[in-house]
Amino acid sequence: MTSLPTQVTGKKLGLVIDLDVCVGCHACAVICKEWNTGGYGAALSDQEPYGEDVTGAWLNRIHTFEVTPGDMIPGYGKKPKGQGMGEVIAQTDEARVVHFPKSCLHCDDAPCVTVCPTGASYKRGEDGIVLVDEDKCIGCGLCAWSCPYGAREMDQDAGVMKKCTLCVDRIYNEDIPEIDRQPACVRTCPANARHFGDLGDPNSDVSKLVEERGGIDLMPEQGTRPVNKYLPPRARQTLPSAEVPSAATIAETTDGAQGFMKWIDTALSKL
Amino acid sequence: MHPALSVIVFTTLSGFGYGLAASLGLFQPDPSLLAVKFGHVLAFLAIAGGLLSSTLHLGNPQRAWRAFSQWRSSWLSREGVLAVLTFVPLTAQTGLAVLFDTTIGWLGFVVAVMAGLTVYATSMIYASLKTVNAWHNPITNTCYLLFAASGGLLAMAALSAFNGAQSTLIVLAIIALAATFIAKAIWFRALDNESGPSTPESATGLGFLGKVRLLERPHMGENYLTREMGFRVARKHARKLRLISYALGLVLPVLLLLLMGVSGMVFFGVVALLSHLAGVMTERWLFFAEAKHAVSVYYGAESA
Repeated sequence: MTSLPTQVTGKKLGLVIDLDVCVGCHACAVICKEWNTGGYGAALSDQEPYGEDVTGAWLNRIHTFEVTPGDMIPGYGKKPKGQGMGEVIAQTDEARVVHFPKSCLHCDDAPCVTVCPTGASYKRGEDGIVLVDEDKCIGCGLCAWSCPYGAREMDQDAGVMKKCTLCVDRIYNEDIPEIDRQPACVRTCPANARHFGDLGDPNSDVSKLVEERGGIDLMPEQGTRPVNKYLPPRARQTLPSAEVPSAATIAETTDGAQGFMKWIDTALSKL
Repeated sequence: MHPALSVIVFTTLSGFGYGLAASLGLFQPDPSLLAVKFGHVLAFLAIAGGLLSSTLHLGNPQRAWRAFSQWRSSWLSREGVLAVLTFVPLTAQTGLAVLFDTTIGWLGFVVAVMAGLTVYATSMIYASLKTVNAWHNPITNTCYLLFAASGGLLAMAALSAFNGAQSTLIVLAIIALAATFIAKAIWFRALDNESGPSTPESATGLGFLGKVRLLERPHMGENYLTREMGFRVARKHARKLRLISYALGLVLPVLLLLLMGVSGMVFFGVVALLSHLAGVMTERWLFFAEAKHAVSVYYGAESA
């Protein structure tokens, strides 16, 4: 069971996340927690939800990174307080902020599946979704150790491993309207930064999107062959500074005034 | 990585127990001696106690039997299966020695081979994880096997002193201890000089745009990942702890073994063994506490 599936259909359901569009609102993480706390398997418990040290299991988390192009500016020769010699203190060029939602990538070579001693962690041959059979999970935590992405979190209350199910209880669910048969995070994203589809089919919308935008794999060096892809931010367009009128010039000009406004302008100018 | 006490006790005790059981199996000391009987029981109890301790960190230990099913792919499962299989010759060897004052040559050899395989499987649980660079190398396996062997030989030498210290066993134990700590020093050196292959750039795929730095975590507090994989508390004391593990695990036991050889006093052997086990516990704590997980680059680390 915890060997990777040998009978596969070629279908690889997964997500495509557009880093150019994501605004970092955390709506996908919140709806994920909401849906999955009442859906598949044990509820996603929180510890001390109203106390000082709030923690809990989440299947989707949004990090925010700063990317700085350009050369690094090394520190001064004299060691500044609290810094090492030659430490980078700044970089040239403008930094940009990238919001980065992260959940299970449903890898083709999922290490979390093969390390599982009980057969609880498995990858489905029919659509590639990686799931945990919570009735078999002993809560040893080895799958979470084997995942480089931090996609798995132990539920401290149920003592079993939780992870993104790609909303397997929505996408095939004929009891809900067809428009809702996609992962909760995709359905709820207000910026349309998340897309769901078959990445094994080169003609699917998601595959075309990945092709067009140069979708990327996270941590290719870990050899996990993730199914989910990330679309990198588009190149930034900067306006040439000469074309941008300053606030002061806009306030002082009356060029192009017409009718009554033009009469007032002329009358006031004559005063 | 979070150093869970139950896992530290498990790897230390069961490793020592397998080493002692293998040494008793290979050297076949006279089982009519009380000290030898005690050694057999000690090995058995250390193995059983260590394995029981390993179930303490499970979220659902009542289902632990399921862990014997996935030996085709999982090193944790293989370790469980091998541990159970080893109990067959081990129980026979212990029973024969304690109850019937008997040893069987080939049975001892089987115990030694099975014990070695089980310790190797334990080490592969860690060495097979690509996400923890410090563990993902064959020196990890070498260290686990050598620690088991030197602990076993040390205990054998100490037990032999009850019936007049045997210089061969003392010399063998000292050689094994030295080899263990040379291997461990190489392991520490690799840990200090090499970082894992993952960086914030590779983790986000944004390296083509420039230098990537974590600006904000997903949340204010800690979570399972930062507690389990981002353990950092006393890494600053790592240097001192390494010296303590060398001192308690190697230097003191070697000196005490030599003293025991000269004086013939069992007391020195027993203290040598206790000191060694305390040193190994410290080493095992560092094995986890100093190891960095790939996921830490999503939480501010420069590489892992």
